[in-house]
Amino acid sequence: MMETWISDEMRSAIGREFGTVIRSLPICASDIRKWALAIYWPKPPPKLFWDEAYAATTQHRGIVAPEEFNPFAWFTADGPVLPRESSQNPLRSGPEGALKISAPDTHVALNGGREIVHGVRMRPGDVITQGPTKLVDYRERSTRHGLTLITVTESTWTNQSEETVRVTRGTSLRY
Amino acid sequence: MNKYIDYELPPFERASDFAAWNRYAAVNDEFIPIHMDDEAGRAAGFQSAFGMGNLQVAYLHAVLREWMQDEGRVMSLTCQMRAPNLRGTLTTATGKIIKVSDEGDDTVVEIEVATRTEDGTILSQGVAKVAFANVQ
Repeated sequence: MMETWISDEMRSAIGREFGTVIRSLPICASDIRKWALAIYWPKPPPKLFWDEAYAATTQHRGIVAPEEFNPFAWFTADGPVLPRESSQNPLRSGPEGALKISAPDTHVALNGGREIVHGVRMRPGDVITQGPTKLVDYRERSTRHGLTLITVTESTWTNQSEETVRVTRGTSLRY
Repeated sequence: MNKYIDYELPPFERASDFAAWNRYAAVNDEFIPIHMDDEAGRAAGFQSAFGMGNLQVAYLHAVLREWMQDEGRVMSLTCQMRAPNLRGTLTTATGKIIKVSDEGDDTVVEIEVATRTEDGTILSQGVAKVAFANVQ
């Protein structure tokens, strides 16, 4: 049985930032509407996400995005989001490539959970920036899949006014 | 405020199938084989393809929103993925109030949240905090 997935090189990378700053295109009301419909289908999503006249009467004074909306899907300000090495083989993906360290030889990667702190709402016209992601921790646990590597990362999104939109700690499981 | 403890939010139910996952993949750029192909799901150690964890997170937000309507705001949400969201099941997002307190001008409500299948299997669980502005 594998004794550990965590190499000394990986352990020494804990606390480091990786990746580049990503900036979204201005959020479109149409993207918000489609996102909301995908979540709420086959029922209508809340009017706050698609009816401008109604949304104007709420505390938000206009359409806002669902809290979990992803403004970086498909296109960013840098252009189309095309397959990279990690997403061509997402079952092996992790932060090690961006950290320029050797990746463990795991074969499956899963979403293990999220810790999300929400700030201001995203709304049409907003440009969202994701700063570099921080490697918070590596841990391990025995599961029915064998020794499982737990990777915790943290990223922060801000809007064009430098207000915090979201801080997310993501946990991935690899085995 | 203790009278609100243990109050259960109206559940939010959605079918777990390829159609739902494809709609979500289309908006979140998440066309990953384990969510699209039973064989890939089996290769990962499960009995079929399974839904996205991010979609579970969306359903957990949705159950909060359905209850709050447009009055409250979600301050935070934590969740752990506990089991794969397998194809052909019904996913139900639930919430139960566990704490109510005043923080500044807000009433803050802590809610145990989870998604489950119809046989009671917990898919994800965590805690959310939502805030309502106190009426002056």
